[in-house]
Amino acid sequence: MNTPILTVSELGVGFVQYAGGLRTRTVPGITGLDLEVREGEILAVLGASGSGKTLLAQAILGILPHNAHVTGEIRYRGERLTAARRRRTLGREISYIPQSVTNLDPLMPVGGQVRIGLDPKTAEQEQRRLFARYGLADEAARLYPFELSGGMLRRVLFATGVRDTVRLVIADEPTPGLHAEAVAEVLRHLRELAADGAAVLLITHDILSAVTVAERVAVMNGGRLVTVESASAFTGEGDGLGHPFARELWRALPQNRFSAGGVEWRW
Amino acid sequence: MKTPTGHRPRLRGRRDLVASLSVVVLLVACVLAGRLLLDDAALRPNSAPRLLPPGLEHPLGTDHLGRDLFTRVVKGLALSLGIGVLTAAISTVISAVLGICAALLGRRVDAFVSWLIDLSIGIPHLIFMILLAFTVGGGIPGLVAGIAFTHWMSLALLVRADVKQIRDAEFILVSRGLGRSPLFIARRHVLPLVLPQLLVGFVLMFPHVILHEAALTFLGFGFPPQTPAIGILLSEGMAHISSGMWWLAVFPGLALLLLVLGFARLGDRVRAVLDPATSNG
Amino acid sequence: MNARRPAGAVPVMPRLILLRVLRLASLLAGVSVLAFVLVRNSPIDPIQAYIGADVDLTDEQLAKLRERWGLDRSPVEQYLAWAGTLLRGDFGTSTLYKAPVTDVMGARFGASLALMAVAWTLSGVLGYLLGAVAAMHRGRLADRVVSWYSYTLSATPAFWLGIVFLVVFSVWLGWFPVGLAGPQGVPAADVTFAQRLHHFVLPAITLSAVGVANIAMHTREKMTDVLNSDYVAFARARGETGAQIFKNHGFRNSVVPAVTLQFAYFAELFGGSVLAETVFSYPGLGSTLTEAALGGDVPLLLGIVLVSAVFVFTGNLIADVVNAAIDPRIRRRA
Repeated sequence: MNTPILTVSELGVGFVQYAGGLRTRTVPGITGLDLEVREGEILAVLGASGSGKTLLAQAILGILPHNAHVTGEIRYRGERLTAARRRRTLGREISYIPQSVTNLDPLMPVGGQVRIGLDPKTAEQEQRRLFARYGLADEAARLYPFELSGGMLRRVLFATGVRDTVRLVIADEPTPGLHAEAVAEVLRHLRELAADGAAVLLITHDILSAVTVAERVAVMNGGRLVTVESASAFTGEGDGLGHPFARELWRALPQNRFSAGGVEWRW
Repeated sequence: MKTPTGHRPRLRGRRDLVASLSVVVLLVACVLAGRLLLDDAALRPNSAPRLLPPGLEHPLGTDHLGRDLFTRVVKGLALSLGIGVLTAAISTVISAVLGICAALLGRRVDAFVSWLIDLSIGIPHLIFMILLAFTVGGGIPGLVAGIAFTHWMSLALLVRADVKQIRDAEFILVSRGLGRSPLFIARRHVLPLVLPQLLVGFVLMFPHVILHEAALTFLGFGFPPQTPAIGILLSEGMAHISSGMWWLAVFPGLALLLLVLGFARLGDRVRAVLDPATSNG
Repeated sequence: MNARRPAGAVPVMPRLILLRVLRLASLLAGVSVLAFVLVRNSPIDPIQAYIGADVDLTDEQLAKLRERWGLDRSPVEQYLAWAGTLLRGDFGTSTLYKAPVTDVMGARFGASLALMAVAWTLSGVLGYLLGAVAAMHRGRLADRVVSWYSYTLSATPAFWLGIVFLVVFSVWLGWFPVGLAGPQGVPAADVTFAQRLHHFVLPAITLSAVGVANIAMHTREKMTDVLNSDYVAFARARGETGAQIFKNHGFRNSVVPAVTLQFAYFAELFGGSVLAETVFSYPGLGSTLTEAALGGDVPLLLGIVLVSAVFVFTGNLIADVVNAAIDPRIRRRA
């Protein structure tokens, strides 16, 4: 119980750019980031666009652009997450639920996309089970992404990430643009995954979603981790919040802040 | 993706442009200087031993009539350049006129122009050229007409698309409201805006027209048999390859390849600088 | 491309094909008018070309010939008469070969078709693979080699490449004959398949080598776009290997434009075959076209122009249909 699944220490991500001639310079993306996600826990990473939260996900998954330069250490279940280890764990133990439905292959039926990475012998059966779990009709498996609604595609994306073997789920902005009911559904799905024992890293800029679903909330700003707060401290006037930046965020919310999940809050 | 990527700044594009431009200018200058300076005597039969392999006296060797191949290649390239400039210019004018007309003169004209484009794309270039060359009665006019009338299509499509984007701009609507004629609008407002596009189109067209000029002359259209055109040199050279005189057929083509390569590169660079969005160099 | 249509209208495919066929018919009519007008205004006198320059005819004989050929009627009448005979499958008589144009073309079309079919397939498959490999190794050696090859080949005169192949493979190495579809002096019927093949290889390779450049360059661009897409980034995040990404996503997303492009390449292919056939003295439609134009053989010239246009339009038609058939976004727009 409660063993750390993902440990990030002193993570730095920089981008090498050509600055005229042969000189290059490094543009920082993330600096000195420490983070830990435990078994059965949802950790929300809260930040505006450009705060480096998506880079964090990309660094963990090893899908940063070619000119990115990574320093520091990322450990998965106690061992360094090297390229070789990623090959063994991505899609099986570490799963990624991306932000946008453009992450689905437009020319592949969605059922096939869910079956990728599953054991070929049981893939068909497993995919049906996942479709049923996320309220997708069996026939939808043969349809292409352009034939499904946005909400259905989001559920397909979830189905691609859910595996029996999954220990770590990284969900990148799964809620923006959704109405309150759909947000609640997404968050419920995330809770289910955590209840099954997975560690969930929820990347979002929606403070209310983060607070509702997560145990702890990590606040990022300008490529740095500002503070990690307990989700329960985001209440009332936010007096329980340790860091002034978090308090400011919380207090800056509009008056209707307690209508759970429905507020799309932009920085 | 929000992350910064490693694209080099525009500066690099400009430097490449200057580099390829210098190469082309140098090549063209050499060809033109050669055309003026090289002794025409070298072109007359029997002034040197026949079928001489490349050597010090004749860098590219001599042909079956003892003519210096180097001189003939330089003259051929000069001829190619001349025909190329002429045909590419005519073709560019056709693209501009048809493209602008299609965009400004209403749907019927537009439909007709696009039908015309489909039609012209439908006959293989080379066959269309041969047909035109035949029609005009062979000789240089046939050659020029054949090439000029077969290279305007893609540029016309681009010009049409460009003009469609600007035709509803305020200054054009105002000009229309003032009762200006389409011709006035085309000349005063539209033409200056599509000029860069036309320039890029002209340069990009150039390699194609030179290649086609060589192909047509190789097949026997255009110039009389003894003219030092690259195509004719190659077709004459071909007669001697089975007896081992490879240089006659290899060098003229190689020279043409270099010239075309230079212009193709230049075209890409010009496009990269003037129109960074659509280029991928 | 993605024209939306109201529900309940004609299903997509038949409608698309019907529209395309109608446009094709109008374009062919256009080509025939254009070709006719051009040739009619040519300074070459078809009668003089037919009888040859060295024969002198009396004015009376000339007038008779003119009447027989319908040259005394108005242009429109002449065109309609000509188009009518065309529709009946009669392309007239070749003045060079003194035989029906359809026979002359028929004998050569097969040879050209074989040449083009092999070059088309070879360049398509090879070009696609090279382009895909280049994109998957962008910036590395394989990419540089493929890019350099494509760039250079697109600046190379196709016929000169044929000549260089002749010099290297036929003259220096002696691997292949210098030209013609079979050994010189042997009647066409006696040429064995092996001999035919032997004479076929170099023209086919020349034509393929040029075609590869085009498709490789386009596939490289398209595949690069695919590899930079969100769905491939997601595939990487799901642990798919390079080979899996190609099999699951890269291939299906890049092959449609490649196939479309390759069908649209018919026009270039036909032009290339004219040159390749001339260089290798390969008795196909292309080399015959040059003969016809240089020899003033109007009926044969017109016949080949029309056949080439049909060939190209058919290629475009197939490209559209194939595109609609394999892209579900068009196919399933019901």
